[in-house]
Amino acid sequence: MQISFALQFINLLAALLLLIVFAMLTQRRILSLINLFAWQGLVLSLSTFVVAYSTAQQHLYYSAGLTLLLKVLLLPWLLHRLIRKLNVRWDVETLLNIPTTMLVGIALVIFSFNLAAPITQLAQGITRGLIGIALACVLLSLLMMLTRRKAVSQVVAFLSLENGLFFAATSATQGMPLVVELGIALDVLVATFIFGIFFFQLRETFDSLDITHMEKLKDD
Amino acid sequence: MILDPEQILAVVFQLTQLLLVVLLAPFLTGWVNQCQAWLQNRSGAGVLQPYRVLHKLFHKDAVMAHNASWLFRATPYIVFGCMWLAAAIIPVIAVNLPFSRAADVIALVGVFALARMFIALAAMDVGTAFGTLGARREMLVSFLAEPALLMVLFTASMISHSTQLTRIVETLAHHEFVLYPSLAFAALAFLIVLLAENARIPVDNPGTHLELTMIHEAMILEYSARHLALIEWASSLKLFAYISIGIALFLPHGIAEVGNWAGLPLAIGLLLLKLLAAGAGLAVLETLLAKMRIFRAPEFLGTAFLLAVLGLLIHFLLGA
Repeated sequence: MQISFALQFINLLAALLLLIVFAMLTQRRILSLINLFAWQGLVLSLSTFVVAYSTAQQHLYYSAGLTLLLKVLLLPWLLHRLIRKLNVRWDVETLLNIPTTMLVGIALVIFSFNLAAPITQLAQGITRGLIGIALACVLLSLLMMLTRRKAVSQVVAFLSLENGLFFAATSATQGMPLVVELGIALDVLVATFIFGIFFFQLRETFDSLDITHMEKLKDD
Repeated sequence: MILDPEQILAVVFQLTQLLLVVLLAPFLTGWVNQCQAWLQNRSGAGVLQPYRVLHKLFHKDAVMAHNASWLFRATPYIVFGCMWLAAAIIPVIAVNLPFSRAADVIALVGVFALARMFIALAAMDVGTAFGTLGARREMLVSFLAEPALLMVLFTASMISHSTQLTRIVETLAHHEFVLYPSLAFAALAFLIVLLAENARIPVDNPGTHLELTMIHEAMILEYSARHLALIEWASSLKLFAYISIGIALFLPHGIAEVGNWAGLPLAIGLLLLKLLAAGAGLAVLETLLAKMRIFRAPEFLGTAFLLAVLGLLIHFLLGA
């Protein structure tokens, strides 16, 4: 089976994306988590660029550039500034311990690969093998949102979930219309701003970013 | 019985590899130590230091504990033999050597396991606390590293449809250039296994005699003179064998065929270059990393297993 070099490269980038999500899942430090998120954005932007090049679709170039600007430069910078202001460098508590999380992660990857297999049969286009990986990225990000206790890492997980969806969109459907992509990009940006305000509110009310405090509804 | 010339040639190639490996192995260890010394702003003992140590140890009188059994006495020879055999099976300078048909990758892992079992038993044989402690820790680390190593080898086997290491190398080396995402995962996992199995820094510290942190050194504490020399030499051979497996799986280009005399100098030259690069890389890695707590080791090796399994899964999904 011979496949083109561009597709091989996209496959490699997809594998890297999965690796980065796993690294985020097992990461203990919030700073490295944000750096990994920036790397994820870079890989995503690169893969979008390669898809754009190999399928000669103009609008994908714009979305690759947008990803680069927003997810590699702006959002990590915002998050870095946020954690500097909030003075949180550490994020040790996870609800499950890390080896268990990894095992659950592997199970999720197997599940999503199996789930994607029939879809892959139906899909056309050069990148059809990648839906499984994109789905795995989405599910792993969800897992990260579930297992993290601190608000900042949950937000990074949310952003990485969005990255997974974006990757699914480029790989399965050759990208959404540019208007939709612009809208989503703006949404993510606004969401990050809102999360920033939410962090400050959270800290002011509870003196910590641990969201388990929010489960208590009454003052005792 | 008349041997045909091709068989004789194959045996000559095999013997060349055997000698080359056993003579080069201490050099590799010395090179890693020297690179580390440079990185730590020390002048270092020189690349030839392991040879001097071996020479010194072979000329000393061996001291044995009174209650040491035959197991203790036999272990250095068994361990050295296992490591030499492993290094003979791995295609280092040429593929299709006569020994390489003797064992596939699973048996190769078995050979490593045999050596490990004997060294752990010998460590417990004398009955000192350190030996037992070291043996237990070694078993903990290796039982986690072994499945990861097998998964790495399986990923490569899936790509080349064979568990013979020489066939794997042949497929990967004489192929047109293809990117294998699954092999990238396997390479990362293999790196972690290499660090753990060779008692390198994040898991064990080869340069220490601080009792609380050591694993490998604790096991061989009771050995002296020629026994210690053989074990040290076997450790060098093991590092050499692991690095050659890494080269064989992930950078096999330039390896010679049996009987191809013209390709042999190039193969040896490239091998030396790759070994030097790998040794320097190992030194950089060890300088950058810090020794981790022993209870973090399962997590570290769990990561290796995870990466190797991901490599396999990605091979299934993408077919590459």
